[in-house]
Amino acid sequence: MPLKVEKIENGTVIDHISSGEGLRVMKILGIGLGFSARFALIANVKSKKMGKKDILKIEEKYIDEKDFDKIALVAPSASVNIVKGGRVAKKKNVAMPARIDGVLACPNPKCITNFEQVASAFFVEKKTLRCAYCERSFSAGELI
Amino acid sequence: MRDALKEIGVFVKHLLSVRDLKKEDVLSYFRKIEKMEEEVRKGRTNLLEDKIIATLFFEPSTRTKLSFQTAAKRLGAQVVNFNADASSLKKGESLMDTIRIIDGYVDAIVIRHEIEGAARFASEIATHPVINAGDGANQHPSQTLIDLYSIKKLRGKISGLNVTLFGDLKHARAMHSLFYGVAMFNRNIALVAPPGLSFDERTVEEVETEFGVKVTVKEKPEIDDCDVLYVCRIQKERFSDPYEAERVKKEFMLTQETLKKAKKDMIILHPLPKIDEIAHEVDSDSRAKYFQQAQLGVPVRMAILADLFGKV
Ligand SMILES: [Zn+2]
Repeated sequence: MPLKVEKIENGTVIDHISSGEGLRVMKILGIGLGFSARFALIANVKSKKMGKKDILKIEEKYIDEKDFDKIALVAPSASVNIVKGGRVAKKKNVAMPARIDGVLACPNPKCITNFEQVASAFFVEKKTLRCAYCERSFSAGELI
Repeated sequence: MRDALKEIGVFVKHLLSVRDLKKEDVLSYFRKIEKMEEEVRKGRTNLLEDKIIATLFFEPSTRTKLSFQTAAKRLGAQVVNFNADASSLKKGESLMDTIRIIDGYVDAIVIRHEIEGAARFASEIATHPVINAGDGANQHPSQTLIDLYSIKKLRGKISGLNVTLFGDLKHARAMHSLFYGVAMFNRNIALVAPPGLSFDERTVEEVETEFGVKVTVKEKPEIDDCDVLYVCRIQKERFSDPYEAERVKKEFMLTQETLKKAKKDMIILHPLPKIDEIAHEVDSDSRAKYFQQAQLGVPVRMAILADLFGKV
């Protein structure tokens, strides 16, 4: 019998996450301990397009549009649906941002962002992300 | 603070990283440095006579500090020195607070700090210009400008040259920034380093894709077709086996023998101080230009300082 997760009336549905990347999407959105909204991660859902995919549903919470692109870092194929009154009010495919502020921590122990009160910032380059402060580059996997 | 200033249209100039510079910016610095060389020949100038510049060194670097202080004084500016060892750093004051306070005293800050990104962070706090005089293993842009200007002046041109970076490239901050700077102007760059001591793949890839240059990596000291040879030190501490360290150091030591096959009009540069990576006999070779290179430190830093205030 298929696993049932009920439809949400209001909230955010992040669909078409590559199978296995759902947890990383949660992490980048800060969904974890202390997150108050009801949410469900459904992993390894059958998909015609992708074979298998993950879906993340968050109830009564609309993900900020400026956070859409962060998702692209870990799940470039994802689409974000804002659901209002049981209908999709807005749908958007994520796109890689040019710069990511304040989400990721710089792994360089000698980086100023690990010493002073300053939000991290990374520039998105071809295959890597470069810390705006220590200027070192990292793969997305090293940062998330 | 800086963002607020930007909003009202006040633009503060800094020098933080070679990555912030374009080829045109470097060429514009060259013209300004030439003017400063002329000023030095004429004597002391008063271009910055109403300015006070702070040198804020959180780790010792006598040469860099002295060179900036000399440059400031030759421009007629006054210099205050903040001795980080004896001061608030020990009491655990944040860099943010230190910068805020000093920024309130002076017109520009020259900062050296072992923490990477410290200068950029300082530039976001300060309302006055900030110069990065070295932030950990990251950047030292005034040194890179000295190196690039040295190539132009001492080899006669900056483009179309075969440039070889030679030594322990992995651990030398000067080499990372120089690699980037040289790639702005030259298509052929050779990296000559003992196994394991070259740049990492990512660094090479960044420069290759950014500038479309051809990078050749060599593990033997071959310099036959080289026009500019930039040498840096190989430190014993980087090897676990002291015998291996000695062998590699000997192999990579620049001697008259190594230079036999090199071009007659090649130039040899080195950020100094040098220890034993260049044999003394080489100092008297006409290709050795590192002492002239060191002298260019003052006019280059004069140009950087005067430029902050639009005075050159
Ligand atoms: Zn960093």
